[in-house]
Parts: sequence; C-alpha cells; structure tokens
Amino acid sequence: MSQFLPESVLTWLPDTIQLLYLVATAYFIRGLKLLNSPQTARKGNMYAAVGMLIGVVVTLFDQHIVSFEFIIAGVLLGGLIGAVAAKKVAMTSMPELVAIFNGFGGGASALVAWGELSRTADVTGIDPTGLVTTGLSIFIGALTFTGSFIAFGKLKGFISGNAITFPGLNIINIGSMIGVLVLIGVFTFDPTNTTVFWVILGISLLIGITSVIPIGGADMPVVISLLNSYSGLAASMAGFVLGNNLLIVSGALVGAAGLILTQIMCKAMNRSLANVIFGSFGGDGASGGGGGADGDKTVRETSAEDLAIQVAYASKVVIVPGYGLAVAQAQHIVKEVATKLEAKGVQVKYGIHPVAGRMPGHMNVLLAEADVPYDLLYDMDQINPEFASTDVVLIIGANDVVNPMAKTSPGSPIYGMPILNVDEAKRTVVFKRSLSVGYAGIDNPLFYEEKNQMFFGDAKKSLQALNEALNEV
Amino acid sequence: MSALIFSLFIFVLACFIGFELISKVPPTLHTPLMSGANAISGITIVGALIVAGSVGGALAQWIGFVAIVFATINVVGGFMVTDRMLEMFKKKEDDK
Repeated sequence: MSQFLPESVLTWLPDTIQLLYLVATAYFIRGLKLLNSPQTARKGNMYAAVGMLIGVVVTLFDQHIVSFEFIIAGVLLGGLIGAVAAKKVAMTSMPELVAIFNGFGGGASALVAWGELSRTADVTGIDPTGLVTTGLSIFIGALTFTGSFIAFGKLKGFISGNAITFPGLNIINIGSMIGVLVLIGVFTFDPTNTTVFWVILGISLLIGITSVIPIGGADMPVVISLLNSYSGLAASMAGFVLGNNLLIVSGALVGAAGLILTQIMCKAMNRSLANVIFGSFGGDGASGGGGGADGDKTVRETSAEDLAIQVAYASKVVIVPGYGLAVAQAQHIVKEVATKLEAKGVQVKYGIHPVAGRMPGHMNVLLAEADVPYDLLYDMDQINPEFASTDVVLIIGANDVVNPMAKTSPGSPIYGMPILNVDEAKRTVVFKRSLSVGYAGIDNPLFYEEKNQMFFGDAKKSLQALNEALNEV
Repeated sequence: MSALIFSLFIFVLACFIGFELISKVPPTLHTPLMSGANAISGITIVGALIVAGSVGGALAQWIGFVAIVFATINVVGGFMVTDRMLEMFKKKEDDK
C-alpha cells in the first residue's frame, strides 16, 4: 500500500515499519505475561491478537508488496477456515485442533522460506547465512507440518494411538536428520542445485511422519508441546531468512514457551525427552513389572446407590479426572454430581495430574467448559498433602497417574513418575470399564487394595447413575 | 556487527524472555497458553504477505498464497479458540 503514500513519507517508511514491529513485539510480550493468571489471561490473548493485527497491517505498507489479489484471497480463505474450526470444535477435541493449527503454522514458515527462495532471481547472490536459514526453516517447518498431522491422526483415532515402530526406526530417523543437515550444507555451497532442495524438503516431510508415528497416545502432551516449540522455531528461522526481527522475536518466544511445556510434561512423567521421542513407550516394550501385589487379587465392586451414600456423608471428596473423562465426555455430569454434593455440605476438589489427558491442561479446559470454577482445580503439588484428610477419591478415567507402583516398584516402567497419592485417602473409587491395564501396559495394585472400590462401566453412565442415586440420599 | 550477529543477539535474548514469561504459568492455563502461543507463531504470515504480494514470478506468488492461507488459519483460529477457552474460566465468586 506504500504506492498510495506521498514521496515525503516514503523516506521514513522503512524505519516506521520497524518501529511499529517493535510495538507489535511489545504487545506479544505483554500478552504472554498476562496469560500467567486466569483473571487476566483473556486480556492477554487480546493483547497478542492486537500485536498480530499491527504486524499484519504494517507489513501491507512494505514497499515490496505491490499486488493484493493473492493476499486478499488468502486471508479470506484462511480466516474463514480458522474461524469455523475455532467456533465448531468440541472442548474434548482441543488437542487435535491445537495440533493441526501448529501444523499449519509450521507449514506456512516452510513455504515462506521456499517462496522467498523462488522469488529471488539469482539464488547465487544470497549469502550463506540466508541459505542455511532457508534450509533450516524448510526442515523444521516441514517436519512440524507432517508431524502435526500424524499427531492429529493419532488423537482423532485415524491412526493407531499405540506406539507403531519397527527395529531400526530410531536409527533411520537420526540418520535422516543428520542427512538433512548435511544436505543443507551442500545446498549452501550450490543453491542452484534444485535436486538437493527437493530432497531436503522430501526428507523433512518424511521425518515428521516417522518421528511421531512411534510415539504412543498418552505421550501426546509432550509431542504437542514439542511441535508447538518447533512451529515457533520455524517462524524464527523464516525471520532470519527475511531479516525480519518481528518474526525472529515472536518465533523465539513461542519456541521457548513450547520447550518449557515440554520440560514440564517430561518431568511429570519422570522421563527424559529422548526417552519419549525414541522410547516407543506403551508398546510391548513395557515389561509388565511383575504384576505388583501377588496373592490377594480380589477387587471390591460398588454400586451407584452404595457410592451415593458414601459420598453424601463424606466431608471431603476429591475428583481425579483422566483421559477417560474426555473420551466419555463426562465433564458436565461430573459437575452435576459435584454440585449436588456441595449442596449437601461436602467439600469437593479436583486433583489434576500434569499429564492427565492428551495435552497440557486438557482436563482444566474440559472442567472449565462444564462451569467448574478454576479455583477448585488443584495441581499435583497442591492436592497431594490433602489426600490424607480426604474421605473419598473418585478416580474417573485415570489410571497410571494414580498407580502406586511408581513409588513402590523399582522395576516398573513408570517407577519414579510423580503420582497423585490417592492411596492416602480413606477410600478410593475407580470408575473404569474393566480391569484392563493403563497406557503404560502395567497392572495397577491400587485396584486390589482393601480400601479401593471399582465402579465398572462407562464413566458417563456410571456418573449419571450416581447422580440419580444422590437424589434418594 | 554483521546483520546475522545482530539477529542472533535478538533471537537469544527473546528466548530468555520467553523462558522467563512462561515458566510461571499455572497448570490450569497450559492449554490456552499453548494455543495462544501457537497463534503467535502464525506471525510468519508477515513473511507470507511479502512473498505473495511482491513481483517474483507466478510460482512464488502461489507459494505465498498457500502460506497466507496456512498462516491465517493458524492466527485467526488460534486466537479465537483461545478466547473461547478463556471465556469459560471462571472463579467461584462469579459462578452465578
């Protein structure tokens, strides 16, 4: 739009654009800061959106931009798709949506680097750093793109959520990554060699697929966080290609955010990032850990009526949700049960493990959707000291995060993982379809403990039954 | 100081700011944080606009077009869905 400006303004234009980019950056930083607290988070998101708007509008005045047909068409089409997806998505499907948005972001960064290369008439004139960052941008962007689609497929159930792997896959993956880096070096010396370029793009797309396929469904919180980090890094690299500080800074902020969440998730499972990526956890690799408490393997069952009496006369009840709650879409009925209990004077709290669900904070969003106030949602460190004074813990669709073998059985694959200490409560009730093993493929001794009761069946139906039974108490 | 070194300075400092900003986010906000940060990574739209809007041949413009579509999905969808989520987060007091 610079062509509409008078000559006298044009001399100031490049600096003005950069200064406004700085303003946009400030909005992003302020926005992320406000996302630190539930009271200000919504405002923070608005700040970030305003920063984005400034960045986009200012860029339209860039003197390189002379035609607007593609821009208008692209923004309208992308905006429409994004808006519809954001409006329509169910809260239970949030991990899939975030995964796919991530993929588009990464894909866009790879395309920007590619487009910038293809609009340059004489590629030999690009300096080596420009070429290296172009290569890296395409590499990271492309693997984020395909990796996110595989994660999406796994979360949606199009692709098996199990760890799909075969011997040598890790070696192939590491080899391909080294190969791409070598090829980027080759490309830097000879940017006219288009074959090298296509091979880099092709292998990068493949690495996205082969590196996410072997990771099991319950490790998705780590994968999504990591892909989020990559999409930021890809944007940053595109910023290096274009010499654009706004992209470099924003991408770095997102890259750091994703990395921190990745670390938190790994820590919550007591596993290293390398173990998540290369460990193919959740397959038959898990040894079973010897089955835990041998001998007494009887479980005690409970019924809706029986449980209704127990919880109605309790003074404190803690609800521990897991991925099963999302699968059964049981968040609203959980809230109904909790409301009834509160009306009877029972104190109800929610204990949420950091890796419960399929993405960081998944359970919190689901319960927020069901109108559960966020100050009743307690994270692991807050709720653990409270179990000793809790009468009944309702464990709904969670398994490994309450498995005492993480504390007691050094041979177990989950040994060392911090868990919710539900066994300190006076009674635990597990809502579960059957006695099947959890994601880690190991038995849960909690089920056989004397103070534990099993409530078999679909979580939603069981809770509905409990809800009705509570009317009679 | 070459342009690359200058950019690297900015990159590294921005990484540190990112770490500082995010490390205190409570677990309750992890999902909105992630989708909000995700929307910010759509800033690559700025690059897409330049590629699609400049004269550099039909191929570059088409690549730019697809990049704009992808990035806009990321930006618009990301901010909207984050807002939708955060709207639901309520404290007990204002709970009817």
